[in-house]
Amino acid sequence: MRSARLGQGVFAAIVLAAFLVGVFAQRGGLVDSIVKYRGDIVFLTQQHMQLVAISGGLAIAVGVPLGLWLSRPVMRGAAESIMQALNLGSTIPTLAVLALAMSLLGIGVVPAIFGLWVSSLLPIVRNTYAGMLGVPVYLVEAANGMGMRPMQILQAVEVPNALYVIFAGIRTALAINVGTAPLAFLIGGGGLGELIFTGIDLNEPGMMLAGALPTALLAVLVDFLVGVLAFWVVPRGVNPLR
Amino acid sequence: MIRLENLTKAFDTPAGTVIAADRINLEVGGGEICVLLGPSGCGKTTTLKMINRLIEPTSGKIYIDGKDTDRQDPVELRRTIGYVIQQIGLFPNMTVEENICVVPKLLGWDLDKARERASELLATINLEPALFLKRYPKELSGGQQQRVGVARALAADPPVLLMDEPFGAIDPINREVIQDEFLKMHRRLKKTVMFVSHDIDEAVKMADKVAIFRAGKLEQFASPDEILAHPANTFIADFVGTDRTLKRLRLIRVGDALEPRAPTLVDNDSVERVRELMREHGQKIMVVVDAVGRPQGYLDRDVVASRPGTAADHRAALPATVRVDDDLRTAVSRMFMHDVRWMACVDRDGVFAGFVSQRGITRLLGETYRDPTKRAN
Repeated sequence: MRSARLGQGVFAAIVLAAFLVGVFAQRGGLVDSIVKYRGDIVFLTQQHMQLVAISGGLAIAVGVPLGLWLSRPVMRGAAESIMQALNLGSTIPTLAVLALAMSLLGIGVVPAIFGLWVSSLLPIVRNTYAGMLGVPVYLVEAANGMGMRPMQILQAVEVPNALYVIFAGIRTALAINVGTAPLAFLIGGGGLGELIFTGIDLNEPGMMLAGALPTALLAVLVDFLVGVLAFWVVPRGVNPLR
Repeated sequence: MIRLENLTKAFDTPAGTVIAADRINLEVGGGEICVLLGPSGCGKTTTLKMINRLIEPTSGKIYIDGKDTDRQDPVELRRTIGYVIQQIGLFPNMTVEENICVVPKLLGWDLDKARERASELLATINLEPALFLKRYPKELSGGQQQRVGVARALAADPPVLLMDEPFGAIDPINREVIQDEFLKMHRRLKKTVMFVSHDIDEAVKMADKVAIFRAGKLEQFASPDEILAHPANTFIADFVGTDRTLKRLRLIRVGDALEPRAPTLVDNDSVERVRELMREHGQKIMVVVDAVGRPQGYLDRDVVASRPGTAADHRAALPATVRVDDDLRTAVSRMFMHDVRWMACVDRDGVFAGFVSQRGITRLLGETYRDPTKRAN
């Protein structure tokens, strides 16, 4: 009863806040500028999403198998040092990675995708590796004792039990990726960064926000979508959300 | 049937070679339960895991139903051996049904047949299939999980079952229940079971044969009663405890300690007739039964010595009775509780079957110690 009333209160507050933001946006000319840059927003958002999809997709395609491979018993000795090296890699700021990528690959979409790929690779590898190590040893022993072959154990026992943690890594990586993608503009990769940085340079807040708001929305949307995917893909028995 | 011949496992550790199992020889007959018993680190689990080749033996042979397991692919071999571990190891990502169907699927069973088997097994472990098949392990209690663990091991109807402290993580009350259920199931299914435990009481309760290990060596391999009555050395005597003779009580049914069927009285017998019967049979105490033979009370010679009337007038109520299929531990416990030295026993239908007395029990337990062919300990 009390929590229901509290919920109603919070809802009313959110509606009011949204209304005030709307009023503020209208008075500040934001709505006008979004209408004005509509064509740019649509085009650049597509470009932005392409950057994210390609670099994120590649990061998943490489990071998950890499994490799985590092978790294999054969790699037990080397895995920790490789993880340390990857950790070190992640401390390099994304901007620096992009600059390095540019100096190697020139300007354009390719170095941008490469830079974004590098920066989102680590959380995926790390979570995959940690998730796999987190699978209780006795589950693997039971599977072995029942006569499952190593690949069957990996596919039917280890991966499903690590999946929730792996998805958490993918979620983090993609959120970072969307938020970092505007930097791609700086090396000629395009994307919503074009509106943001140009807006800053021209001291035109409307233009800047026309890039920043879609970026933020995109980040929230991607996070939400990965969350939904994890909810349905991770088996119910090991999914704390279900 | 499982036969181990000179089974040895040596581990190379930084501290040197450790012999975890040293020339183990033993044979478990078909349908028997053999408990491997000993303190931790004694080699019992290593021995068990060598049977399904989770640990490769350094040397020695293992035969299952006469077949040398070296000649089989270890993975194929494991599919024909049920395996239960202490942590149960149900796969949390699979439903109860999927868990039970793992081995049948590995063996290439038809999916419908595997599912049918799963629900059949759930029914035998007293879990309603309709309710439990689609549940996940996290939605079961510890005891239920362990039951499902056993069901999963039995899924493909393997002739041999290996159990590594399967009931170790369950609270004592539930453990007794699950042990009883398991024994009941075992009597029906007749699997050859190898069972690791560190609990002597569990071993006495479950085992047909007990193998006691110390530091990689098999110290004694015998029936529980033999181990309790004649421990081979002081280590085993200490391990099974100073109360080992009391533990033997559990192994003997009241029916085995029953004194030759005593004559009974009925309510209508006159006191004279009672005295006559007591003299005739040399009994000091006789039980009065009803028309179908259920005990109603008893008469003491001193009570009827000089009084008139019928048995019904003088009979005293029996303080307690015990069933013939109870174990002697129950009988003795009940005797102590009621401060009596004998008790009337009844069969399953409540019909009087005879007496069990403290003297009779003592004599029965002592028999093996007087046997000159056995060593005194």
